Amino acid sequence: MKNAFKRIFGTGLGQLTIPIISILLLVVFNLIRDPSFFSIGIMHNNDGNIVLAGNLISIINGASELAVLAMGMTLVTAACGGQDISVGAAAAIAGSAFVKVLKSAPAINGGIVVLAFFSACLVAVIFASFNGTLVAVFKIQPMIATLILYTCGRSIAYWINGGATPTVSSPIITGIGSFIPGIPVPTPVIIVLVMAVLFKLLFHFTSLELFTQSVGINGSAARLNGINSTFIKLLSFIILGVCVAVAGCIGVSRLGLINHETLLLDVEMDAILAVAIGGNNLGGGKFKIGGSILGAYVIQMLTITLYAMKVSSTDVKAYKAIVIILLVVIGSPVVKAKFGKFMGNVMKKNKKVPVKGAE
Amino acid sequence: MANFKFKRKEPLTDTGLLMTITICIFVVMYLLAMLLLQGGFLHAQQIFDMLNDNASLIIVSCGLTIVMIGGGIDISVGAVTSLTVMSCVLYLNNGGNLFVSVLLALGIGLAFGLVQGFLISYLEIQPFIVTLAGMFFARGMTTILSVNPQKADHAAFAALRDIKIEIPWLGYVAKNGNVVPARIELGVVVALLCVALVFVLLRFISLGRGFYAIGGNWQSALMLGINVKRTRFMSYVICGLLSGISGYVFMMHTGAGNATNAAGMEMNAIASSIIGGTLLTGGVGNVIGTLFGTLTLTTIKKIVVSSGLNDPWWQSITTGGMLCFFILLQSVVLGRRAKKKQS
Repeated sequence: MKNAFKRIFGTGLGQLTIPIISILLLVVFNLIRDPSFFSIGIMHNNDGNIVLAGNLISIINGASELAVLAMGMTLVTAACGGQDISVGAAAAIAGSAFVKVLKSAPAINGGIVVLAFFSACLVAVIFASFNGTLVAVFKIQPMIATLILYTCGRSIAYWINGGATPTVSSPIITGIGSFIPGIPVPTPVIIVLVMAVLFKLLFHFTSLELFTQSVGINGSAARLNGINSTFIKLLSFIILGVCVAVAGCIGVSRLGLINHETLLLDVEMDAILAVAIGGNNLGGGKFKIGGSILGAYVIQMLTITLYAMKVSSTDVKAYKAIVIILLVVIGSPVVKAKFGKFMGNVMKKNKKVPVKGAE
Repeated sequence: MANFKFKRKEPLTDTGLLMTITICIFVVMYLLAMLLLQGGFLHAQQIFDMLNDNASLIIVSCGLTIVMIGGGIDISVGAVTSLTVMSCVLYLNNGGNLFVSVLLALGIGLAFGLVQGFLISYLEIQPFIVTLAGMFFARGMTTILSVNPQKADHAAFAALRDIKIEIPWLGYVAKNGNVVPARIELGVVVALLCVALVFVLLRFISLGRGFYAIGGNWQSALMLGINVKRTRFMSYVICGLLSGISGYVFMMHTGAGNATNAAGMEMNAIASSIIGGTLLTGGVGNVIGTLFGTLTLTTIKKIVVSSGLNDPWWQSITTGGMLCFFILLQSVVLGRRAKKKQS
């Protein structure tokens, strides 16, 4: 018991300290405020399926796109030491391509949806490779390189569908966006799970995790050790491209239409935030995908909590900012070191060596 | 550092080189526009219009250039500008004093600069996250203050807003025979003053030289005895202050507060700084280049509109394309120089 306590306060939970503490804080806060926040009900939706409903479900469901993007963003952050700020615009492009293929088909069936998804992936990967080439080959800061697509991405999405906001209505699309008949869990949640398992398998069967970390910590040293750092950086962007396509398709399916101006608006900032809350260093190097996913849920939980407190959607940002600042101040290396030292002194008065803070 | 003396003793620095490229491209582009498109580009008023419309962007870009030279980033500038506009308009409408409203603008900017600077330099939190939170906070506060657009309704402010410097000999003769003098708003004077002050700061004052030092290599700067934390702190404070000034200039230009004011300004400011030759990695940059970066960005938009490409997507696509061109150019030029130095 004492050991566990020391580990938590002395050295921290490692990377996962901030996301876990913040989730706990939010849970406690909500329990005090209104315990019914956590109630999960079973109800019938319009199609007569039995589905789960409640705030928790809407948190997990609503954070799906963000979680998928955060996974890819973690990889890019780790490999390149910078962030991709064009994911929202790229997702709009991918979503537009998805809708374009669906609309050009005479009837929407399973095969067409798969085809549309792959073409969205292809388009997103092409744009991601453009970003990746700028970063990996021309050695441009990721934020600057992706500023190009951030500036013009939504205009390209506008151009793909000729400026219209076409709607697609099909039971398959509704199934992807909300519920598959017979399964009470929202489909986007299942997609996030599948993506997470895919990432896990990818890291299990390849050395990508190790390679990415070494490229992120020191690119030239990695190159001298025989790792093709240019390729690893490019690959991280391509994987992010696939994530962007998945997120874009979820976003489109949820609404059944593509609005190039509002689809996943400002998601890039939230995705970067999720990566940071997940305890990953935004300067590259070591990373944990799990942290970023937790970070995405923290952000969504915060938003839903604020909505439950009847804060209007335009004002949410201000309160969100205060919580973010609190979180990062708790997680800041300086504060952590001071706090660790203090706790160490309190816990072990008889020992000579005080427990130094983590990081 | 682009001293075009007859005999140059020291070779052009990276900063000077990038700035010279930008200025050359701007001049060439403008001359081409004058030759091919004619129309408004032949009048001096076109340049003054560009300055009038973008005075606040220029001021914000100056602040961002300082932060970027110091190796940081501040994406809250646009939101702080917006918040300043909204609070000043509301204050003036509720019977405020003109002089106090200026102080209020400066105070808001300074407060953001102080808090963000403290969090970034003394608590060592990543600048992107802190200023992202700052952006969220400022945008949220703007909508909390008022969701609806507010028009400034204040006699003294209206008088201040309508002050325009007229230069008759740069004007042009309108179709009905009247001479329309060239007009410059007061905001432009403030903006150019800010550029000049920042230029002096970066060139001649030890604090400004410190920004280059910590941006280039903060460990070396530390060993040289520069107070790295304080210098970094100061860069954010100055940037915040300039955002406040920019807010007031924005208000003098539009005369109204709106929750969507200055939307996307932070990215425009970053783009201007990059085009002007500032590197996000720090240590390289010049405020004169930033001024021309802003003008280049505006000129390309004007050219797109005058060429008859009125659809809204053309502006952002050409802006993106031009950004791509400049970024690649800088990367190639600096890459070649680095190779030359090594050999």
